[in-house]
Formats: sequence, structure tokens, C-alpha cells
Amino acid sequence: MESSDIIIELSPENSSKTIIDLTSSVYKQFGEHIRNLISETLLEMGINGVRVKAVDKGALDCVIRARVRAAACRAAETSYDWRGASK
Amino acid sequence: MIKDAAIYDVDSIMFDLEDSVSPAEKDAARFLVYEELTALDFRDKELIVRVNALNTQNGIDDLEAMVRTKKVAIRLPKTESAQDIIDCEREIERIEKENGIPVGVTKMVAAVESASGVLNAREIALASKRLIAIALGAEDYVTDLKTTRSPEGIELLFGRSMILLAARAAGIDAIDTVYSDINNEEGLRAETMLIKQLGFDGKSIINPRQSKIIHDVFTPGEKELRKSIAIMKAIKEAHARGSGVISLNGKMIDKPIVLRAERTLALAKAAGVKFEEADSVCA
Repeated sequence: MESSDIIIELSPENSSKTIIDLTSSVYKQFGEHIRNLISETLLEMGINGVRVKAVDKGALDCVIRARVRAAACRAAETSYDWRGASK
Repeated sequence: MIKDAAIYDVDSIMFDLEDSVSPAEKDAARFLVYEELTALDFRDKELIVRVNALNTQNGIDDLEAMVRTKKVAIRLPKTESAQDIIDCEREIERIEKENGIPVGVTKMVAAVESASGVLNAREIALASKRLIAIALGAEDYVTDLKTTRSPEGIELLFGRSMILLAARAAGIDAIDTVYSDINNEEGLRAETMLIKQLGFDGKSIINPRQSKIIHDVFTPGEKELRKSIAIMKAIKEAHARGSGVISLNGKMIDKPIVLRAERTLALAKAAGVKFEEADSVCA
């Protein structure tokens, strides 16, 4: 994995909460922020109650959002509904 | 890498979602480009996204995402006919209307990469007012011709000429293909000089190291600049005298010469060349 990127893995969780297992090169400075961003991005997509394994190497917020959205779509085996998301 | 693109000395940045992205990663690439385009500042660079073919779901999803950024022009690959442009424009307009984006704000670039596309270049270039450029994609084109690329580029001459003429007929830019051998600077310079002489407006690159050579070739030299300044001064002086006949050093100056001089000065200004006298002769 390159610097400034993040790997996101999603798996089912037997609860309504989203659990985030985060490893980050900037954990002390931005760990809480990254966790919140991952949760918010999943909630925007209507996703809760998943386990997230995230390995971060200093990714910007926009990259984190992109990787979370891609992972979520792949986990659900569906394409992102751009038209539906705009409504 | 996307976030660093703005630091390079280029005029336009193209983000590729098509041939440089593996099928398994097209969804991720789309999200990355969308999110980074939306969040980051690319300064004064022109931004373009090459989408996948519009007869694929990837292509439609690319348009859905990229038009929403309101920041990019759409480069349509492998454009074969005017209908390809019309179909793409119809989708873009739909997305603009559905999202409250002013209709027409998303521009387009047509990439011609086949014999059919080259033969239809004029119709393609005239197919939409959104088109800002028509470009040649040489690798697919020469494959379609059943030949290979040569240093002299004779196999590209007809295709380049058709695209250039089409661009001029439509009043849009003509952009030449990439030069793949990033270690061959002399080869790049020779090819750039050729396409500049043909009349092309610019050239695509695949490595930031190549931009200086392209800019050097397209930036007017001092002799050419001084000549253009002298022509524009002669025009101004003739107008001030109320004379309709303009000459310089005993030679008549007619409209084509004036237009060429104006273009030279515009290129020099765009390249950041400092020439104080020109400010007093340019409009």
C-alpha cells in the first residue's frame, strides 16, 4: 500500500454498532477523526452494524471517504446509486 | 498521486478511468477521482477525466460521478462518429438537469483512435458546442491501421491532418498524442516540432518530465516575437494615420500575417514571456 492511502475491509458484525479496528501512522493525531469519518461515511450510505478493519498511511479525508464507499459497495455486491444518492 | 498533480508545470491534467485502470479497480478509481476532485484545489489547471465507453455501466457511472464535480471536461475515448458525441452529450445534459447544474457547463474532448474516427473527424468536431478539443490517440489508431509507430510518424500524417482540419473547422483545439518513450527527449522534441508545424495546439504527455520540452517548442522565440511586435506596431501606426495600407520593411501586411502575429503574442503571454512593448500593441 502506498503512502497517503488507506485499506478498508468490511465484515458483518452481530450488533447494530459499527466497530472500527484502526491502525494508522497518524493514530495519535487523527485516530478519532478517522474513526468518525469512517462511521459518518458508512451512515451516509445507510450502513450500520459492520466491523471495519482500517490500515491507514496518512490518507486525506477525501481518500478515506472514497475507499470506504468503494469497500461498502463491494461488500454489498452492488454499484453505487449516484442518482439515488442525489435525492 | 492525484493530490500532487497540481504542482506540475502543465496546462491541463487528465485523470484516466479507462485504459490505465484495471477492470477490478474501476469502481475505486471513480470514487477516488470524484472525492479528490471535489475536495482539492487544482489551482488554474484545466481538469479532464477520460471516462470508460458509454456502452458500459462503468462509463455511465463515470459520467454520473464526474459531471457532479462541476469541475471537469469529459474526454470520450475511441470516438467513432458524431453520434457518439451526441449520445454522450445527452447523458451529460440529463445529469446536469437532475442535479441543478447549469446546462452546458460540462465541456467535452473527443479522442479519435481509429480509422473510422479519423474519417469522421469533421462531423465529430462539429457535433457539439461543448467540445473544446479533438485529440488523436495514436496507439489504437496505428493498430487499427495494421501498422506500427515509427520515429518519423509518416503513418500518423493523414490522421493528424484530418484531426487538425476538423479542429479548425469547428474552432476548437487539436491535441496530439502522447510520446511514450519518456527517456528519448530528442525524439519528443522532434515530434513536438513536427506537430507544431502542422498546426496543433498542444500535446499530451505521460510524464511530468516531458512538459518543459513541449512548452519550449510552443513558446515563441525572440526573433519571432520581435517580428510580431513590429507587425502590431505597424498596424497601430497605420490606423493612427488613418491609412488602410499597412507595410513593414517594404512588405505588405495583410490579414493572415496579422492573425499569425496576434497568435504568436498570445502564445508568448500564455507562456509567461515578459515583453513590455507587446502590452502597448496588443488589444
